[in-house]
Amino acid sequence: MSVIPAPVAGLPWRIMALTSALACFAGVVLYSAAGGSMTPWAGMHLIRFVIFLVMALVISRFDEDFIKSLSFPGYAGVALLLLFVEVVGQVKGGSQRWISLGAFNLQPSELMKIAIVLALARFYAMLPAGETTRFAAVWPALVLIGIPSALVLLQPDLGTTLAIVASGVIVMFIAGLPLRYFLGAAGAGAAAAPILFSMLHDYQQKRILIFLTPEADPLGSGYHIVQSKIAIGSGGLFGKGFLNGTQSHLQYLPEGHTDFVFATMAEEWGLFGGLMLLLGFFLLLRWATGVALRAQTKFGRYTAAGLTMTIFFYVAINLMMVMGLAPVVGIPLPFMSYGGSSMMTIMICIGIILSIDRKARRGHSGMSGLS
Amino acid sequence: MKRRTKRTRPILTEGTQSLSFTRRTMLVGGAQIGIGALLAARMAYISIADNEHYRMLSESNRLNMTLIPPRRGWVIDRYGAAIANNRVDLRVDIIPERLKRPEQTLATLQNILALEPEEMERIRGELDRATSFQPVQVADGISEQAFAAISVRLPELPGVSPLRGFTRNYPSGAAVGHLMGYVGIASAEEYKESKDPLLITPGFKIGKDGLEKQFEQQLRGKPGAKRVEVTARGKVVRELTTTPDVPGHPIHLTLNADLQAYAARRLGRESGSVVVIDCLTGDLLTMASMPSFDPNSFSNGIGHDEWNLLSNDDHVPLRNKVLKGLYPPGSTVKPMVAMSFLEAGLSPDESVTCNGGLRVGNRVFHCWQRRGHGRVDMAKGIYQSCDVYFYYFAQKMGMNVIAAMAKRLGLGQEFPLPVSSQFYGTVPDPEWKMKKYKQAWQPYDTVNATIGQGYMLFNPLQLAVMASRLATGKKLMPHLLMDPKRKAAETLGFTDEHISYVRAAMSEVVNGRGTAGRARIPVDNVLLAGKTGTAQVVSLDRGSGKGGLWKYRDHGLFICFAPFDNPRFACSVVIEHGGGSGAAYPIARDVMTFLYDRQKAMDVLLPLEAAWGGTVEQRMASAMARFKSPVATPAPDTPPPPPGDNPR
Repeated sequence: MSVIPAPVAGLPWRIMALTSALACFAGVVLYSAAGGSMTPWAGMHLIRFVIFLVMALVISRFDEDFIKSLSFPGYAGVALLLLFVEVVGQVKGGSQRWISLGAFNLQPSELMKIAIVLALARFYAMLPAGETTRFAAVWPALVLIGIPSALVLLQPDLGTTLAIVASGVIVMFIAGLPLRYFLGAAGAGAAAAPILFSMLHDYQQKRILIFLTPEADPLGSGYHIVQSKIAIGSGGLFGKGFLNGTQSHLQYLPEGHTDFVFATMAEEWGLFGGLMLLLGFFLLLRWATGVALRAQTKFGRYTAAGLTMTIFFYVAINLMMVMGLAPVVGIPLPFMSYGGSSMMTIMICIGIILSIDRKARRGHSGMSGLS
Repeated sequence: MKRRTKRTRPILTEGTQSLSFTRRTMLVGGAQIGIGALLAARMAYISIADNEHYRMLSESNRLNMTLIPPRRGWVIDRYGAAIANNRVDLRVDIIPERLKRPEQTLATLQNILALEPEEMERIRGELDRATSFQPVQVADGISEQAFAAISVRLPELPGVSPLRGFTRNYPSGAAVGHLMGYVGIASAEEYKESKDPLLITPGFKIGKDGLEKQFEQQLRGKPGAKRVEVTARGKVVRELTTTPDVPGHPIHLTLNADLQAYAARRLGRESGSVVVIDCLTGDLLTMASMPSFDPNSFSNGIGHDEWNLLSNDDHVPLRNKVLKGLYPPGSTVKPMVAMSFLEAGLSPDESVTCNGGLRVGNRVFHCWQRRGHGRVDMAKGIYQSCDVYFYYFAQKMGMNVIAAMAKRLGLGQEFPLPVSSQFYGTVPDPEWKMKKYKQAWQPYDTVNATIGQGYMLFNPLQLAVMASRLATGKKLMPHLLMDPKRKAAETLGFTDEHISYVRAAMSEVVNGRGTAGRARIPVDNVLLAGKTGTAQVVSLDRGSGKGGLWKYRDHGLFICFAPFDNPRFACSVVIEHGGGSGAAYPIARDVMTFLYDRQKAMDVLLPLEAAWGGTVEQRMASAMARFKSPVATPAPDTPPPPPGDNPR
């Protein structure tokens, strides 16, 4: 039992502090990326963070059952939005991924990363344990994953498609589906890779090829990776110092405030800054995984574990991309990259996990929030 | 729920499912930590192990070394006056590699700089041909206003490079065209050969011809450097350090720039050359070859029209006639032949009667004076240019005597001058003919050679050297560089008597009973000694050689020196198709006059230039205008010289 008054103690202080620290560091990096200015990025980024943090705290007050009840309608709604942007895009000619919300442009595909986790968690929570080895446990999940993946792939947005598939597959995995399915799928995927590759858009194929040999085309599409590696590599142990990054300030680094913000950071803060950031993400993910393990309900477990995977996927793919370990796919770095949609997604994830955590702690009143 | 009995797998219960969840979540968490560790290791590898490599790449991104083209060394004449110098210049280049919207950019530049359509065509052509790194000159010598107008619009004109620099300047223009050559942007091949980044620096030019090319290494100097921080789009953020350029070394020539300019102007509309040699040192005071090209406009990149005008001209303005014009020397060889006779022991008093011709074998060789010269001794043979005297005694003395003397006096010789090539012609002798034509030397070959026809071909420089060596009896070597260590000329070993005899006979040509009375120079106490020459171009059945089609007219030649009794200057003048020596010796007279009395020389030149249609520059400009004008008005033909004024 805590000695601190319940309403204050009820606030998830550690997570608030951790996410705030990450967002504030992002503010510092974006301030530098703008050449030492709060505009246009740093100020807006911090304002958005505060708004979305409040939103996350509101979500954390939702009852887990309420979230559970929203999972299928939410999934259907986001899928309809995806269909809507696809149709609008077709009508207008060319692809469109977002709906304008005034303050920022909402990408329904971002929300789908959450919706797919919730929908699958709900599905497997409903499914009796004995059914999970049967084919009936597989095909609905594949349909649930397949519909939004197809729609997002049509946009075309390979990175988000992979994020949706990855989050979905992880929920299937932790829900206890037989291992042979995953091994079989992995084998089939490897076999089908050349066919899938040929189905990709030209620019996507090019990005993958250039990922394999970025130096072959340093001024063309490989430019992003090469310049990003130069920024990170030239930073050294402690970086060139705040406001002293030349790769970002002289505009050699493309997208230095969005997808490649890590390179901007690493140039000025060095390996030290990078490790601090990794530590921050590690603490966040360890907490989220802990919530999943603590959760008492199947829905809570699967949701928390799935959303943890969603956050992890952002971080891992983005960092692999900027360090030249993955092709350039447009995936932002949570808390760090400037952009409303991804931050909203991340903060909704945090909010839902906080809600699950609250329920878990109510069940185990002796346990602390952050193990 | 019905279960299929064949299932051997244990049925999953809520308990085992929960255990499986925990295990699998831990597995996923572990995998995540593994990937995180991999990322940390990767970052450490890039930023620690490869740090130096990437730091260097980052620096080479950030820093841009701009070379400052060095100022080219001056070329000065013997008195220190500039033959080639540099003037401050505002210029605009295009770097094709960085050029984005070519048409739009060119249109803007055309608008600001008021470029002529022909210029635009040249720029487009060069842009098409240019390899990406080679700068293409748009314009130079632009006004401050235009320079400022382009500078402020640079953000919308990527690839355009305005530059405040220096450009090569030749104060006397076309007069030194052939000698100096010109400078120009280095070609792609030249860059590939040396890989020197200076070669592709906007505003930098290398010597392309003439002395500019020969002395490229001395004249070039060392570039300065400006280190600037640039953005990815090439915008300069700040200048870091600047090292000044080291100008190239000056080249000190033996030339007299004023005399060179005068000679070029005095040649007028003729196609010809003037060479003046200092008889004390062998210094070349003038090597004028006209018509010529203006090295100033050549160095700025020449337009199609100007190029066509120059290359289609039958007066070959692109050839340096001093070194690459070969002409039959005509009667100008007679003093040399006479000297060979003297040295071989012929008494100058021995004479022959000229009846207007001499039978050699089965053919009669005529004297230019069909009426005959009567009794002719050596002096009269020279000053009256009697052919029969030389026909007669040459057969007696033999060709080898003449050929040896010709070579001693520099004919057919190549001189050690800093020039890319010299056409050195032919001193024919029996051995040469056998080698070249596999035929035996015939008496008529000697007869032809002795009056400077037949196989003999020399360039104007050799004729001038011959004049200087005859005048001084010294083996003068022509010099172009003011080298303080140049050696004094050795003697040729002629007796003073013989030298005096030839000098006197040549003075008689001008000042006495000779063929070039009008060549006397209007300077007190200075007598000019000379020898006329008229070289047939085609056999007489195609024309008299005096008039008619320009290209069938005889060449007019004249060699001379002054003062006749203590020679100080020697000169040769060759006028292509001048119709006879009458075209040559007035020019020699005025050039030699200029050395003693500039005012008198100018007083002769100015009325002539008025009649020719202006100075060299004015005439070149009007020729250009005529060439460009759609109604082709033919250039006025060179009038034939006045009749009866063309002795051999």
